[in-house]
Amino acid sequence: MLRVEHLKKHFGNQVVLDDINISVDRGEVLCVIGQSGSGKTVLFRHIIGLMFPDGGRILLDGQVISSPTTKTTDFDRVRKRFGILFQGAALFDSMDVGENLAFPLREHTDLTEREIERLIGESLEMVGLKEQFKAKMPSELSGGMRSRVGLARAIVMKPEIMLYDEPTSALDPIMTDKINKLILSMREKLKMTSIVITHDIGSAYEIADKIAMIREGKIIFNGTPGEIRQSRNPYVQEFIRGERKSHYALDNEEDYASSVDITKLKQRSARPRQAVATQQGKADGSTGNIAEKKFQMPPRPTTRN
Amino acid sequence: MIAPLRILAYIGNAARGWVGKSRGFALGIRYYSRLALQTFARVPLAVKNFDITTSHMYTLGIESIPLVTAIAIFLGSATVTQAVYQMSGMIPLRYLGALVCKTTVTELAPVITSFVFAGRVATGIAAEVASMKGSEQLDAMSVLRLDSLRYLIVPKLIACIVMLPTLTIWAILMAFAGAAFTVAVSVDVTMYTYLSGMKLFFKAYDVYVGIAKTAVFGAIVAITGAYFGFGAKGGAEGVGNATTKAVVVSAVLILVFDFIIAVMVM
Repeated sequence: MLRVEHLKKHFGNQVVLDDINISVDRGEVLCVIGQSGSGKTVLFRHIIGLMFPDGGRILLDGQVISSPTTKTTDFDRVRKRFGILFQGAALFDSMDVGENLAFPLREHTDLTEREIERLIGESLEMVGLKEQFKAKMPSELSGGMRSRVGLARAIVMKPEIMLYDEPTSALDPIMTDKINKLILSMREKLKMTSIVITHDIGSAYEIADKIAMIREGKIIFNGTPGEIRQSRNPYVQEFIRGERKSHYALDNEEDYASSVDITKLKQRSARPRQAVATQQGKADGSTGNIAEKKFQMPPRPTTRN
Repeated sequence: MIAPLRILAYIGNAARGWVGKSRGFALGIRYYSRLALQTFARVPLAVKNFDITTSHMYTLGIESIPLVTAIAIFLGSATVTQAVYQMSGMIPLRYLGALVCKTTVTELAPVITSFVFAGRVATGIAAEVASMKGSEQLDAMSVLRLDSLRYLIVPKLIACIVMLPTLTIWAILMAFAGAAFTVAVSVDVTMYTYLSGMKLFFKAYDVYVGIAKTAVFGAIVAITGAYFGFGAKGGAEGVGNATTKAVVVSAVLILVFDFIIAVMVM
């Protein structure tokens, strides 16, 4: 249904997307995962027509909807086929929940006010909110409720493809689970195709039919949740297991990794513990085996004034 | 040999910086003009959502009345006090009314009211648009095929163009009231002489020009607020920068266009 082919984007000298190829079929849920700064959001903005590529193209049902020569007005023709849930829901602050939902309906349809009210009620019910929420202002809602209202606003126009930009990033685990179930229920009830941008691997396992992993603007994995578990790529394994190696937190990890001798680093980090264990062993006459001891902070180095 | 090279390098760097700034300034004027044209082109579409415009007329105009009233009263009082001080010993005080009337109607009330309005409204528009941009509300409007200029800026533009002249009329009346009170309380001129002086060189044309030019200032306030709001970058700091630039540039443009209008109509 939606196919991204050889997509490229750069800002100045920085290549943000480098030959991205992904596709999603009708009714599927595709999760695009990756670290912060990997290019997920830029890819998301290309798919929804807020940015256009420097190379490559995006096709919807075989028709090119985005390419380097596409203009915003060209994309407007297919925009109604997309529904989008932004990271913070992006509700219009000056309008209450009902007006937020009614705004696109009033502007793009000839529905009567009664029909609009009915559609708003249906959408709110679909995301598990009661009609009483219509009168609430966005500032009165919690993060989870805002996400649900954002979802209700996105589905009120009955889109074919739903895009979610990190829908669970700021939510607690219980609310995350509810939003995940909502995403699945949207697919079942409305037969929608979904693309979810996330760095939450747990959510991806729960909802995805396919997972694409992006790193430094390149797709390094594209397959099913079962396949990603079997992946032999060390970076993929570290990401899905949630291991946090210090060098992955840095921007130029390649340079850092090549400059650091990991064996020495491990030895150095093990040294203070051994010292503590040995000291304690000497003091209480035990073997000094660290596994037998309670953890104790190494002594602080004294500072010279 | 090194010193002249350093001087040359310094001049080169300065010239490059100056060229870059000039280019940025020219681009800014281009974007500003395009924004103004695109906004004015959408004005006829405001008919469909005129309730948004009327609500802005209330918040931007009616809610500015207390502030404008206070400033206009003191403006009138200060004008009389200054005029008496400047005229004493040189110009007969029977011309006091004429001087106060002319300065208030043609310059002081329109320009000061516009400054106050810019301080309140241009900052408000810039802050609103910038924070909407930061919270992806503008992106949400785009993907919902809702024209942000039409729904956000056009109603404010119309409200500014209608309400600033209205506020200026109110400001002129309040300034006259403040001036009359000051004359009655602290100036050695009878009210009859003062009011006769006001009528002495009064021309209705001055009033029309004074009020009409504030419609232009109203458009400047709305467009400048929108321009810096749309151009804001980077969270709370970006919102702060946008509001500061909006009010400063509005004030400068108000004075520039005040001069242009004065040359054109006087």
